[in-house]
Amino acid sequence: MQVKQKLEILADAAKYDASCASSGTERRDSRDGKGIGSTTGTGICHSYAPDGRCISLLKILLTNFCLYDCVYCVNRVSSNVPRARFSIDEVVQLTLAFYRRNYIEGLFLSSGIIQNPDYTMEQVVEVARILREEHGFRGYIHLKTIPDAAPELLARAGRYADRLSINIELPTAASLSALAPEKDGAAIRMSMARLRERIDAGKDKTASGKRPPKFSPGGQSTQMIVGADATDDRTILSASAELYGRYRLRRVYYSAFSPIPDASPALPLQSPPLAREHRLYQADWLMRFYGFESHEIITGEQGMLALDMDPKTAWALRNRAMFPVDLNRAPKSTLLRVPGLGVRNVQRILAARRVRAVRLDDLVRMHAPINRMLPFIQLPDHHPGATLDAASLSARLKDTRTAPQQLGLFM
Amino acid sequence: MHNVYLQDETDIEGWRAAARRLVSQGVAPQDVDWYVRPAADEAVQEDFLAMANDAANPAGDQFCVAAQGKANIVPSAMPDGQQQPSGDSVRLMVPRQFVELVRPVILHRAPERFGLLYRALWRLQRERGLMRLAGDPDIARLNAMVKAVRRDMHKMTAFVRFREAMVEGRPRYLAWFEPEHHIMAAIAPFFIGRFAAMDWTIMSPRMGMHWDGDMLHFLPGGKPEALPAEDAGEALWLSYYRHIFNPARLKLKAMQKEMPKKYWHNLPEAELITALIADAGTRTQAMLERAPEPPRRKVVGYRRKPRRPDIASGNE
Repeated sequence: MQVKQKLEILADAAKYDASCASSGTERRDSRDGKGIGSTTGTGICHSYAPDGRCISLLKILLTNFCLYDCVYCVNRVSSNVPRARFSIDEVVQLTLAFYRRNYIEGLFLSSGIIQNPDYTMEQVVEVARILREEHGFRGYIHLKTIPDAAPELLARAGRYADRLSINIELPTAASLSALAPEKDGAAIRMSMARLRERIDAGKDKTASGKRPPKFSPGGQSTQMIVGADATDDRTILSASAELYGRYRLRRVYYSAFSPIPDASPALPLQSPPLAREHRLYQADWLMRFYGFESHEIITGEQGMLALDMDPKTAWALRNRAMFPVDLNRAPKSTLLRVPGLGVRNVQRILAARRVRAVRLDDLVRMHAPINRMLPFIQLPDHHPGATLDAASLSARLKDTRTAPQQLGLFM
Repeated sequence: MHNVYLQDETDIEGWRAAARRLVSQGVAPQDVDWYVRPAADEAVQEDFLAMANDAANPAGDQFCVAAQGKANIVPSAMPDGQQQPSGDSVRLMVPRQFVELVRPVILHRAPERFGLLYRALWRLQRERGLMRLAGDPDIARLNAMVKAVRRDMHKMTAFVRFREAMVEGRPRYLAWFEPEHHIMAAIAPFFIGRFAAMDWTIMSPRMGMHWDGDMLHFLPGGKPEALPAEDAGEALWLSYYRHIFNPARLKLKAMQKEMPKKYWHNLPEAELITALIADAGTRTQAMLERAPEPPRRKVVGYRRKPRRPDIASGNE
């Protein structure tokens, strides 16, 4: 089989993994003239597909042959999709060829499980080893790790990779055993704990001040599939909170369960819940950067985020007694809870108000979303008055963009 | 009226020297006109320039200190034609936030950037907290310019696409890119740091640059026709782009926000976009309507090995 055909099959097989980040690692370059590549810290998206996803890394599977039968997965053993397997050298050459043309930041390599977890992991690690040691590749490498593989193999993976990830797949143990019978939730978490230990150790200096060997300097991440089972958003967010807290993950990716070719009869297909995925990311951001707890974001019996309103606005409407917030007096933690106010503008307001009072005009020039903010804020030249308590406020703040997208007119 | 003539569009040292002198002479911003000298000869001479030092000092925080190691800086002439006095004779106190603004703002293409920077510098002598006021009209405008330049630089690192050609027996990587602002020299360190061992050339309408593995050479502007035609390496990239796309989740606004159409004509994969979008609906519908099929291969149930003892006991 030609490399081109393999690439088609193995990119098709890899596209359901949402992760594409090439950020968060150490800075490197190849100014010494040996090898090739660099990393920038923030990462670069070299292209975007019409699905809105960034193309930063060459995201492929080493092979989509797989022994497992995860119901949601396009590569499960019982699926009739075409199969292929790259040789190690083919992946190495493809990565370098794409990199030299500035198409990518590096490689995101994953694999179906062939023979056994250890064998598969060994093959994946060998690609990274050859790139690093034989070609002096200094671009980004993200390896998907297999939780059942031997700890020594995970340790080797961390030596070559900038980021490691293990997909948690589903937020509850019950869903995992129902939909991915060969996967073991306890083993997944145990591997995450093990990785965290090594990642933390790789960052500490020893007593003698010597740097320990680098281990996955970009940390670890995971992915949760949304909409393949009946789990509600509350459970998803508390699972995320636990993952961030306990294993110090850099990112939890939410992947709306999407129609796949040759789906399993056990899992009827539907359109992917993209709006839900979007709200989960917003809620995730609120937990990581805005000081919200998962239980504040979702209240009530339903356990689901509103689809037609961003979760911060929804929270504010439930807690109107806390508003209006005086932007010139409120502490930072309160400013972060004002709908429409992002981290950057909070910093700007804090800096500006030490010099003089912040007024409405200032917010306009900071490009803050004024209309969303006005009911909740107080300034020397603005008070929301009765609008904050108006029954119609909720209807006014609904997000019309979550309406289905119109196609066709785009081009 | 004071007229300042800068050497070229990105004459940061010239601007600094003139601004320093004008402030010390108490010249108000409305009394200064800033000009960039027209290039003496349209066919710019090849300019050989070592970039090593410059790359290490992207923004620099030495407003009061002489520039370090940049070979192509010629002090701007004084309005009356005299050479300027040594810059160190006048020391201005400016906050770091302003110093960091100067270089990116000067890379912006807006002609008013020199005067705007000078006005901010002038105001800073009286308004100590000015840099903290993101809502001040001048600061907001400067911030917006910095953002535009940084974005232009970032998009250039993302969207330059090299094609491979053999030149004198060595592979050379060639690209055509059209930056919005005067960022070519400023972005060179990125490409050198990443592709130091390759020979590469990036051409743009106003100027080009060529790295020979050792030195960076600035070239006059060029034309996109000089780029070699598509080759097999690019075909693989197009295959990848086609297949990494998930037709079941069209998000066109998200794509266009980060990859606006103005870049498309220089991105080989962009020619696929229309067809991918057009087919997405039918492809998704076909997946949704397809009746599940039993596996065509024999499926052997996978049996997991018993858990490793260290996992079972949880002795992490």
